[in-house]
Amino acid sequence: MGRIYGRDVVYFAKEAVRLAIEDAGLQREDIDGLLINPGTTPLGGFAGLALQGALGLGDLRFVNSMNMGGATAISMVQFAAMAVVHGLANYVVCVFADAPLREGRGGSAAYGGWAPALQPRGLSELYLAYGLFGVNAPYALAARRHMDLYGTTNDHFGAIAVAERQWAAMNPLAQEREPITMEDYHNSRWIVEPLHLYDCCLVSNGGVAVIVTTAERARALRQPPVYILGMGQGHRGVLSRPDWDADTVTGAAISKEIAFRMAGITLNDIDICELYDCYTYTVLVSIEDYGFCEKGEGGPYVADGKLGPGGTLPTNTGGGMLSGYYMWGMTPLSEAVIQARGQGGERQVPKRDVVLVGGNGGILEHHCTLVLSPHPS
Amino acid sequence: MTEYKKPVPLPGPISEPFFEGAKRHELMLMRCLSCGAYRLAERPSCPECWSDDYEWVKGSGRGSIYSYVIMHQQLHPAFADDIPYNVAVVELEEGPRMVSNIVGCGNEELRVGQPVEVVFDAITEDCTIPRFRPRSD
Repeated sequence: MGRIYGRDVVYFAKEAVRLAIEDAGLQREDIDGLLINPGTTPLGGFAGLALQGALGLGDLRFVNSMNMGGATAISMVQFAAMAVVHGLANYVVCVFADAPLREGRGGSAAYGGWAPALQPRGLSELYLAYGLFGVNAPYALAARRHMDLYGTTNDHFGAIAVAERQWAAMNPLAQEREPITMEDYHNSRWIVEPLHLYDCCLVSNGGVAVIVTTAERARALRQPPVYILGMGQGHRGVLSRPDWDADTVTGAAISKEIAFRMAGITLNDIDICELYDCYTYTVLVSIEDYGFCEKGEGGPYVADGKLGPGGTLPTNTGGGMLSGYYMWGMTPLSEAVIQARGQGGERQVPKRDVVLVGGNGGILEHHCTLVLSPHPS
Repeated sequence: MTEYKKPVPLPGPISEPFFEGAKRHELMLMRCLSCGAYRLAERPSCPECWSDDYEWVKGSGRGSIYSYVIMHQQLHPAFADDIPYNVAVVELEEGPRMVSNIVGCGNEELRVGQPVEVVFDAITEDCTIPRFRPRSD
């Protein structure tokens, strides 16, 4: 993962799957389910289903290609869990891979470089006529609204960026490991005001795969099992563009309710948070919607450094997508698994009984939650 | 007149009246004939009551800034000379929100909640798009 060039997306997917199988102590023949989350670069025909052939996986019993953006990784695990519990498959590999970076071209080109080729049609694309391109702008619109409604400031966002970089400094896999200060944050250039460069996630090439199986089977494998205690989804529904509605409330509150009830936990039980951080703002608004603080109080809540190393709510402990690597929902999910297993090395959080994972897809449209633990209940 | 190189929107399957209205300097909205809700969306069904019956009516052209951003990134070459430029979401008095630009004031004067009114910009001979300017009342 990272700024790795000269490899295509199928290579990243294959390598992630190979490493996951090896890590689990399985053989390729054991895999009988495959869920695929294509990123921005094609993974073969039918949005990724051809990956089965590229991986040489035969006689699968459970396959799908899924995409709700950053919420997909968790959603894949949820579907895989249901499949294995009901006997549709024994070992389901969930894989995300993407290769949007090209050498000598900036990350913004990877996600917004399509703009000049656009021919907007009708009301649903009218915003292009006004110069609204890329994904930074809609998140910035939401962030601005939050700032105005609740007095949230760039210092609040900056606290998240600084804390995540502190975590990244201890993650050998992180793309950006140089510490940053609040001053660095404020000095970083505007991308889409009110978002600075350090409010925005990285762009990475790479792949991540996880294997889902039953608890009983997992106990026989090479690695310590990570149990799913609870899971849920929340989709608030937004009006279709140009009725731009994605703003200061996400689906996390809905998603959390069912996941926490299933897990039998409350917020106080959570030791580690791995939240979807395509932007600093996403972390802040997710923290509010999970109920760690009242709506609108996310800014002051995160400002005291509680998300960073040594803080009371260790969050995005690998550096997240702001400083670690941008593998969509696989970034929070994979770091949650590492922490739950106790394999975080220098950055390992000592207390790791309950790990919260949140995924955000669309533009604050879709939210998925997992509650993970090294203990079966 | 120099060639207009920014994206020029074409009407979609149901939005011809919006673009025709803009040429007449009228901001046209869809109104549900069943429940009366207004919308601005490229779809025939009312999200409130699911009725497929609607009419296009002239809106007030008045609203307020719901949110706004300043674009510093050059993602389209035709906007290069405009950077930094604003993009705003305007909440119309009738309810729908639309993305647009705020003209007639500096970016530093923009405020959420600022009352605005529509103005029309003929970007090409065949296409006029609504933008908004601050109003003081």
